[in-house]
Amino acid sequence: MTGRKPARISRRTLLTGGAGLAGLGVGAVAVGVGHELSGPDSAESAGQQTLPFFGEHQSGIATPMQAHAAFLGIDLLDPADHVTLQGFLRMWSQDAANLVQGKPGFSDTEQELGTAPSRLSVAAGLGPRVFTSPTLAPRRPSWLAPLPAFAIDRLDERWGQTDLVVAVASDDPMTLAHAVRVVVAPIRRRCRLRWTQQGFHHDRNLFGQVDGTVQPADDRYDDLVWDDGSDQQWMAGGTSLVLRRIAMNMDTWEAIDRPGRELSLGRTLDNGAPLTGTAEHDEPNFSATRGGIPVIPAESHIARAHQRTDREQFVRRPYSYDLAPEPGESSNSGLIFATYQRDPVAQFVPVQQRLSDHDALNEWTTPIGSAVYAMLPGASRDGYLGETLFGSE
Amino acid sequence: MARRHILRSARLTALAAATVASIALLGACSTDSTDNSPEADAVTVSVQWVKAVEGDSPGGGMTAAFAKIANGSDRDVRIVSASSGVSEQVQLHEVVDSGGTTTMKEKDGGFVVPSNGSLTMTPGGEHFMFMGVQRPIRAGQQVAITVRFADGSTTRVDALARDFDGNQENYSPDHSGEHR
Ligand SMILES: [Cu+2]
Repeated sequence: MTGRKPARISRRTLLTGGAGLAGLGVGAVAVGVGHELSGPDSAESAGQQTLPFFGEHQSGIATPMQAHAAFLGIDLLDPADHVTLQGFLRMWSQDAANLVQGKPGFSDTEQELGTAPSRLSVAAGLGPRVFTSPTLAPRRPSWLAPLPAFAIDRLDERWGQTDLVVAVASDDPMTLAHAVRVVVAPIRRRCRLRWTQQGFHHDRNLFGQVDGTVQPADDRYDDLVWDDGSDQQWMAGGTSLVLRRIAMNMDTWEAIDRPGRELSLGRTLDNGAPLTGTAEHDEPNFSATRGGIPVIPAESHIARAHQRTDREQFVRRPYSYDLAPEPGESSNSGLIFATYQRDPVAQFVPVQQRLSDHDALNEWTTPIGSAVYAMLPGASRDGYLGETLFGSE
Repeated sequence: MARRHILRSARLTALAAATVASIALLGACSTDSTDNSPEADAVTVSVQWVKAVEGDSPGGGMTAAFAKIANGSDRDVRIVSASSGVSEQVQLHEVVDSGGTTTMKEKDGGFVVPSNGSLTMTPGGEHFMFMGVQRPIRAGQQVAITVRFADGSTTRVDALARDFDGNQENYSPDHSGEHR
């Protein structure tokens, strides 16, 4: 019911776009889908491409990855104060519904910065502590808890679990910065902004590896990603976010020559093809040997990460970060590794456990942040984010 | 034709603005409203919000609320007063330039919302001024404002409180003094 004809997003559109996630010509795919989403009568320029705010699911999860993202980790002053939480979610809904269309937020003082949404998405999620109030405790998703401790973790509380997360993403860094301000400013005295994790997306990470190749098949999102409401009815249409921050040691990685790099990953650096194939999306053959030795080493990253059961699949949305080095260091780089899945305990944890037990890449990578969130279902047209959580009280 | 279009836009804008189902207005825009239908029926309120305030200053705190008020009818409507449970009074303020500094004061005759047009109340411009706020209004809290029109009809607006530091113009009823 916007002024123009509502953007028609078929599941197919979204899912076709999902191919972009796989690192296949992300730019080209993203442009195509964004254009389709914004409808035939919209402006042609890239800045005017829009994603919907209202809908069954929040945008920014199955959407082809935007070029820039910021994850905001926010604590409530009182986690049991669900009235304030509800107010925050209503405000974010008011602002986000406008911002994604290139309109100002309600108390927006820099409205000229928001006129090119560039596929802006604003998605909110809830951490475990929100469900400590007697009212909300019975509504906590069964899987919403810290991940088990992994031996490889060197977690810094600075990047730890928060009560809320807002994942903001856009192809335009100015639009993104403005949207982040609009999210934070109106609640700043009633919350604590614990961290902001900013990253950029490219089909490669800072180790030069083609990243984000393995994704659920297009027709598996309803089953593997979106919650069906069987655990908590209010979560139907939502999902979970596992947000891991992984430091990458550029100096020690430099010490590994190209063949060693390819063996540790199990893929070529050239195009990301498995060492047994020629193209990125070739299925790796883990039993192939050459001279009696596996072509893809058993301890390589892809051999360890490869799904061993059907449930061990999830959406990977990797964003690189590259910050100013600490004094005495030469780099401060890594990956904000966001995964989305219906049930992180069943789908993500077994894979992470295998990688922790053994993964050749562990020598150069260190998880330094970890958090889990219940990503809310999409807001209905005249509703707001989280309405189903509060609505049926 | 033009009118129909504007009515439709006003309503659509309000919906798009999204509001959280918080605009309790009486019968938005029927296209054939006649001149003796209540003024409240002619307006659509959107983008409404109130500035959070601690409310612990002596004599009560002051704060302000803002909104876009669209008039879908063929005649001007006039807002003559407003009230709220969270403050002793709500005044209708405008901001005027008084020789280099801006000052806020009560607007003579209230706010006129032009026919088939709208009034946008923003920081530094027209606003609902809350005087005598005895308890904090904190970000995330919802505040109900009753807006009264010249014909006595009323509309209720539910506005969420937001942290915001603008709209700090001097205030000059009889004495002047900055308020926030
Ligand atoms: Cu005033």
